Amino acid sequence: MITLTIDGKKTQVVGGATVLEAARKLGVYIPTLCQHPKLTPFGGCRLCIVEVKGVPRPLASCTTPAAEGMEVTTSTPQLEGLRKTVLELILSDHPDDCMTCEKAGNCTLQELAYSYGMRENRFRGERRTYAKRDANPFIERDLEKCILCGRCVKVCKEVQGVSAIDFAYRGFQAKISTPFEHDLNCEFCGQCVSVCPTGALTGKGWAKKGRQVEVNEVDTVCGYCGVGCNLTLNVKGNEIARVTSREDTWNEGWLCVKGRFGYKFVNSPDRLTTPLIKKDGKFVEAGWDEALQYATDRLMEIKGKYGPDAIGGLSSARCTNEENYLFQKIIRAGFGTNNVDHCARL
Amino acid sequence: MPETALTEAEIEKLEGICAKYAGQKGSVIAVLQELESSFGYVAEKAVNFVADKMEMPRSHFYGVATFYAQFHFKPRGRNIITACSGTACHVKGSDRLIDNMVREFGLPEGEDTSADMRFTLEKVNCVGACSIAPVIIINKEVHGKMTTDKLNKEIKKLKGGQ
Amino acid sequence: MMAMNLEIKVCMGTGGMAAGGEGVLKAFEAELKHNGLEAGFGKCSSGKVGCRGFCARDVLVDVIVDGQKTTYQYIKPEMVSRIVKEHIMEGRPVAEWEVKEDYHIFHDKQIKVVLHDCGEIDPEDIGAYIERGGYEAAKKVLSELGPADVIELVKKSGLRGRGGAGFPTGVKWEAARKSPGDVKYIICNADEGDPGAFMDRSVIEGNPHSVIEGMIIAAYSVGASNGYVYIRAEYPLAVERLRIALDAARQKNLLGKNILGSGLDFDIKVKLGAGAFVCGEETALIASIEGERGMPRAKPPFPVASGLWGKPTVINNVETLANIPCIIRKGAEWFASLGTEKSRGTKVFALTGKVKNTGLIEIPMGIPLRDIVFEIGGGIENGKKYKAVQTGGPSGGCIPEDCLDVKIDYESLMQLGAIVGSGGMIVLDEDDCMVNVARYFLNFTQSESCGKCVPCRVGTKRLLEILDRITKGEGREGDIELLEKLSQDIKLTSLCGLGQTAPNPVLSTLKYFRHEYEAHIRDRKCPAKACRALITFSISEALCKGCGACMRACPAGAITGEKKQPHKLNQALCIKCGSCFDVCKFKAVVKE
Repeated sequence: MITLTIDGKKTQVVGGATVLEAARKLGVYIPTLCQHPKLTPFGGCRLCIVEVKGVPRPLASCTTPAAEGMEVTTSTPQLEGLRKTVLELILSDHPDDCMTCEKAGNCTLQELAYSYGMRENRFRGERRTYAKRDANPFIERDLEKCILCGRCVKVCKEVQGVSAIDFAYRGFQAKISTPFEHDLNCEFCGQCVSVCPTGALTGKGWAKKGRQVEVNEVDTVCGYCGVGCNLTLNVKGNEIARVTSREDTWNEGWLCVKGRFGYKFVNSPDRLTTPLIKKDGKFVEAGWDEALQYATDRLMEIKGKYGPDAIGGLSSARCTNEENYLFQKIIRAGFGTNNVDHCARL
Repeated sequence: MPETALTEAEIEKLEGICAKYAGQKGSVIAVLQELESSFGYVAEKAVNFVADKMEMPRSHFYGVATFYAQFHFKPRGRNIITACSGTACHVKGSDRLIDNMVREFGLPEGEDTSADMRFTLEKVNCVGACSIAPVIIINKEVHGKMTTDKLNKEIKKLKGGQ
Repeated sequence: MMAMNLEIKVCMGTGGMAAGGEGVLKAFEAELKHNGLEAGFGKCSSGKVGCRGFCARDVLVDVIVDGQKTTYQYIKPEMVSRIVKEHIMEGRPVAEWEVKEDYHIFHDKQIKVVLHDCGEIDPEDIGAYIERGGYEAAKKVLSELGPADVIELVKKSGLRGRGGAGFPTGVKWEAARKSPGDVKYIICNADEGDPGAFMDRSVIEGNPHSVIEGMIIAAYSVGASNGYVYIRAEYPLAVERLRIALDAARQKNLLGKNILGSGLDFDIKVKLGAGAFVCGEETALIASIEGERGMPRAKPPFPVASGLWGKPTVINNVETLANIPCIIRKGAEWFASLGTEKSRGTKVFALTGKVKNTGLIEIPMGIPLRDIVFEIGGGIENGKKYKAVQTGGPSGGCIPEDCLDVKIDYESLMQLGAIVGSGGMIVLDEDDCMVNVARYFLNFTQSESCGKCVPCRVGTKRLLEILDRITKGEGREGDIELLEKLSQDIKLTSLCGLGQTAPNPVLSTLKYFRHEYEAHIRDRKCPAKACRALITFSISEALCKGCGACMRACPAGAITGEKKQPHKLNQALCIKCGSCFDVCKFKAVVKE
């Protein structure tokens, strides 16, 4: 273990931990944009700079390994002044359109601009502009809002193992790009969207569906497969505005394209809302009692006539574990047959 | 302009490149250098072929290629004129030589290759021949202590030779 | 035939080649053959040598008859037959083509350690290097000294990194040696990206074996079995000579398995850079060798602990490594006796710009800058006034006239806000606008920024925009203070050396030439008359003889006039290129 002092408070961390991690352990807040706890450190945004006793220049706490006896100061007038300059530089190359931005109210950059009281900008100058809109169906890529923090590149490579995007060009022209700047063509898991600290990456279906303050966050479990990822439905009125996932759940906030973007069916007018029974070759709406009774009667009739093995059950991967358990229970114990299977095995 | 499909000869060449660097760590830049020299530029179809063959992300090749000044993404002119814009050349008037060439070659705004593909003008940071500044390299031949007059004569030669 | 031995050495570095060195050498070979002279000598050789530094006088040729050396300058192929006839056959050197006194003054103040054999030996012949004591240091180290002894020796010599930062070489080696791990690397940084610097190119072109020998010694000391030379692809001749030298060294078992029976396995690979200045920064260089985008990463950990592929790695600059064999051969004390207390040894500089004698020079640390500019360099060309010397390229600063007596060493230059850097030394005269110089460097660093960290990616862009508007006469009150504040903040917050030093040209020109900034902003005037937007050209009717030279030179067709009548310049068409000003013999074109 390594013992170090941060803002006069002693703490211990394991070898290899960074100064930022040590500070977080102590509950000391250091602003960051590019750092993400699940991704390798980058050190690009320079907001997390701290002073270390004996080192003449500020160091980025996200990339500096904690060292024995280190004395760290996280906030001084000089550090705050430098952070303000860095933030001002970022904002000087960022559209001033928080009013219409999808991410407003849920944007790390906006939060920082607010807490540092950024109003004027001394460095106003050329901004990067990109005329072409990425035509992929799921992910809105507004590169003018990109601050080159690299989180999307890292999550795509380190978590998803896809590397659909990477840094391209350099200097002021640097951008996050697909190969040869074609439209994004990937798994569309949207992990990149979930880690983007600005409005550069959002869901295409999110537009104008509701600000974060207006939505109700409803935690649930994804019904698409048996993995059971935790979802948070961001609901406005009775409609899902977007789907997110909390980082403190077992799936760590990661989702796949279906879980993250495949929620339109919930509010679809085509969705079945009552049971249907086929009468004279046509489905006719029925009540639950009627439908259940009908199913029970017919199944009992078949069992009585042909024996239990004439019945088989096939369950869906979109059912939860508990539902699948109950299903095999009713087939085995209720009907008395082992003819039960699950679509994920097929 | 959409790229045409790879010819058989090109595929053979690319397979050779892949075989040469197979299993070598950190060979992306070397592979790109081979592509640049074989095709005259970093062709997308070639990148896609080698990236897939070497099981590396295409985005990585593109990211690396766009980082380094040596790589080009469009075919280049038959004559390549390199103007040094190092400090010594700068204070000795390389800007004027460059402006002169932009006019002489009729380069469209923002382009470095003439529409007829005869000339490509590229600027490089410093070729390290500062004591004979300003330096212009015409088709790999270094010309020192360049003046507008001397340069125009060289350009005339190139134009005549085509 | 009286003479017994004849040697002809033709300078064929990049400078010599550009001036036509190859043709000159061929002419000598043909003439000697034509006159049937080869047989007449006990020993007759003609060959190429690397750069001897004074490239401005190329093609330089040494004709050595029985040890008597005559050096000719500005030689062209058609001049060769006369030299062969009069000098070699008739024993009368062609005095009018010989170098003059200024050639000797250029060399007299120099002490050549690294460049000692450059310009003397054929760089493509390992035998020539060995004949002059080459690889003796490596042999001595491998057979007589332990790694710790070598490191001690290098530490004692006081050698500091010649790439710019001046970190003690021995200390670096020791740290890498002590880092745990079986696999370690030695990298020679030949990515000489500073515009205006060509020391490393010249050393590799002129004496590549000295660098290889330095790497062998470093490998032995550190415990490395793999080496890389990361060299710019813009240096094709250096790359070719390096490859020839590596092959020759392998054939003599100076590289490879069990070198000279010592048990040391060590080989060197050449990695070509692909055109990115930032790759001179060591962590970016490592990323580039790994085939990645050359984006630097934070230090610590330092490469000596975790470098290439995460293994302990020593990165030394070309000149640093080329010093090593000399230190071993002549001793740490000898090396330490050169230079100053904190900056030992010599330093190679590329002296260029508005000075009469441009070229590569090697001087003992501690000599005054004035001696370099006005003695070695012969003063400012064309009778102009000295304004500044820019050292250290885009990371460096400008040294004004008041500070000309500064001693050239790491600390003294640092105090002035300049740096030794890799050794570029560009002399500026009264015609150079210092705001424009700062703008030039910021334009460079801005386009070479890797884009990873905010202060460098956006900050240098903003600095450049401010400088741009000042040079265009659109500067605002407060711009100077903004430049200063932003420069300081970029220095403190940038990730790597590029960003941390990028504002230096701004800060240093602001420190010494603030009045030029003020003149641009307040008076909308460029005192050096260099900024196009702030000057106008006109033709003085009184002085114009109507020769038409300006009219022919004007690329924009802005000048009209009848023969022998004063010409007129149409301001609306003028692109302010200055061509008319340059060609007018009567000073009739006025620049204001």
